[in-house]
Amino acid sequence: MDIVVENLTKRFGAQRAVDNISFKVKTGEILGFLGPNGAGKTTTMKAIVTYLTPNEGDIHVGNFSIHQNPDEIKKLIGYLPENNPLYVDMPVIDYLKFVAELQGIEKSKIKDKILEMITTCGLEGEKHKKIGELSKGYKQRVGLAQALIHNPQVLILDEPTSGLDPNQIVEIRELIKKIGREKTLILSSHILAEVEATCDRILIINKGKIVADGTSKDLRKQSEGREILKVKIEDGDKNDIFKSLQGLSSIGIVDFMKKDESAFEIQSKPGISSRKEIFKLCVGKGWTLTEMTPIETKLEDIFRELTMN
Amino acid sequence: MKAIWTITRRELQSFFDSLMAYIMLIAFLGFSGFFTWLFGADIFFVKQASLQSFFSIAYWTLFFFIPALTMRQFAEENRAGTLELLLTKPVSDWQVVLGKFMSTFVLILIALALTLPYYITVATLGPIDHGAVWSGYLGLILMSAAYISIGIFTSSFSNNQIVSYLLALFIGIFFQIIFSLLSSNFGGFIGEVLNFFSVSTHFDSISRGVIDTKDLLFFFSLIFLGLILTEANLSKKRL
Repeated sequence: MDIVVENLTKRFGAQRAVDNISFKVKTGEILGFLGPNGAGKTTTMKAIVTYLTPNEGDIHVGNFSIHQNPDEIKKLIGYLPENNPLYVDMPVIDYLKFVAELQGIEKSKIKDKILEMITTCGLEGEKHKKIGELSKGYKQRVGLAQALIHNPQVLILDEPTSGLDPNQIVEIRELIKKIGREKTLILSSHILAEVEATCDRILIINKGKIVADGTSKDLRKQSEGREILKVKIEDGDKNDIFKSLQGLSSIGIVDFMKKDESAFEIQSKPGISSRKEIFKLCVGKGWTLTEMTPIETKLEDIFRELTMN
Repeated sequence: MKAIWTITRRELQSFFDSLMAYIMLIAFLGFSGFFTWLFGADIFFVKQASLQSFFSIAYWTLFFFIPALTMRQFAEENRAGTLELLLTKPVSDWQVVLGKFMSTFVLILIALALTLPYYITVATLGPIDHGAVWSGYLGLILMSAAYISIGIFTSSFSNNQIVSYLLALFIGIFFQIIFSLLSSNFGGFIGEVLNFFSVSTHFDSISRGVIDTKDLLFFFSLIFLGLILTEANLSKKRL
């Protein structure tokens, strides 16, 4: 079930929360929605689940449009809102039954479905407890269980791991990967490592506009061209080495590494590699090259670069 | 229809789980019982086999109790954010509004059904006008429905239960007594109009055993108006 977002614009007063964005998510794809707080992630997701009506543009889920067939879309989508709101005074089982009935699951199948969800989401020990008594991680599982109970083809998860401890994050991530295999899944986050770990494709959004779209590899490549190396050269005067390195035609910026006196951080000019020249320089001058390591650009850097002014 | 009933059942469950329902039932039966049987212009004082004193007490107790039941319904969902979850399930805004309305309505029906022993007791004491009793109950039911609808509307405004309770009382008190007081002050055409908007006028005429279409029309319009405005309030959140 594909999701197609076309020219979506949503204004709150004078502010444009989402500004004319378009993208497509294919069946079976896990899309990571990334952006700083207030970038428009949640607004876009709320528009997809038909909770917010956009000012302009349309969203299609499969063959259904949010304007013409919102009820059909609601049946296809499993949604975990931001902050995971739940009825805290209800026991887990009763709550899942309530959701199953709202989703129109046949009466005879409801019991099996609830048991299936309890097993999948690891809620066996907590099923009779009131939701308000559960820890945050278990509440999150209940949130996922209610989103999954009607076996939706599309899953929209808004910050599914926010506020969890590292162990819980890993558990929920595994769970998402497990259930996301056959579904179209959009998840939002402002934690980069999370998106990188779970998603096939990343969409970075800032101030209501899409600023990057691609796999994490693609995104890295975008900011590559500038190769960054950690180089360690011994048996020479470090100021001399520094000057000679700066003189090389392929090198843009040279910097001393903070901790290590004989190591340099070298950024090449866009599009070219400086490795050969550095090696030749060392051979020519009789210096010993003890280390040359490419430093990988972190997704964090790309993110910061794209979303800062 | 099934979705409405699902929501109604959940709301009722939550009334009983939170003890709200028991407190309301006990307080309602206690208050109305006390003033019907033991104190003031009670049944023995009037020396007539009539439930008139019960109806005039229930008229006021329900006025104060109903907003206490409805105040939670949307305000709590707004506060906790669960409304978003509910409205993104395959149910319409109308079904949500009606489900919530029905839950309080059913609870009020239970409360009124529990006062039926009063009727039986009084009926054994002397000749009772059965028609007047049933139309009195009908009056209470219609009046309750109208205030539930107002209460749900004020609940959908706010995410604070106290605000929605007070707002419901504020709007309710006009229908309950202020319009009728004003109408006797004004007289003439304005007096007529104010009199028509007073719940007490319509309630009195129904509970005396006269069921006029004018009275029914008034109550149904009030119920309908409250529900429509609630629904409008919900869809406004989507814009």
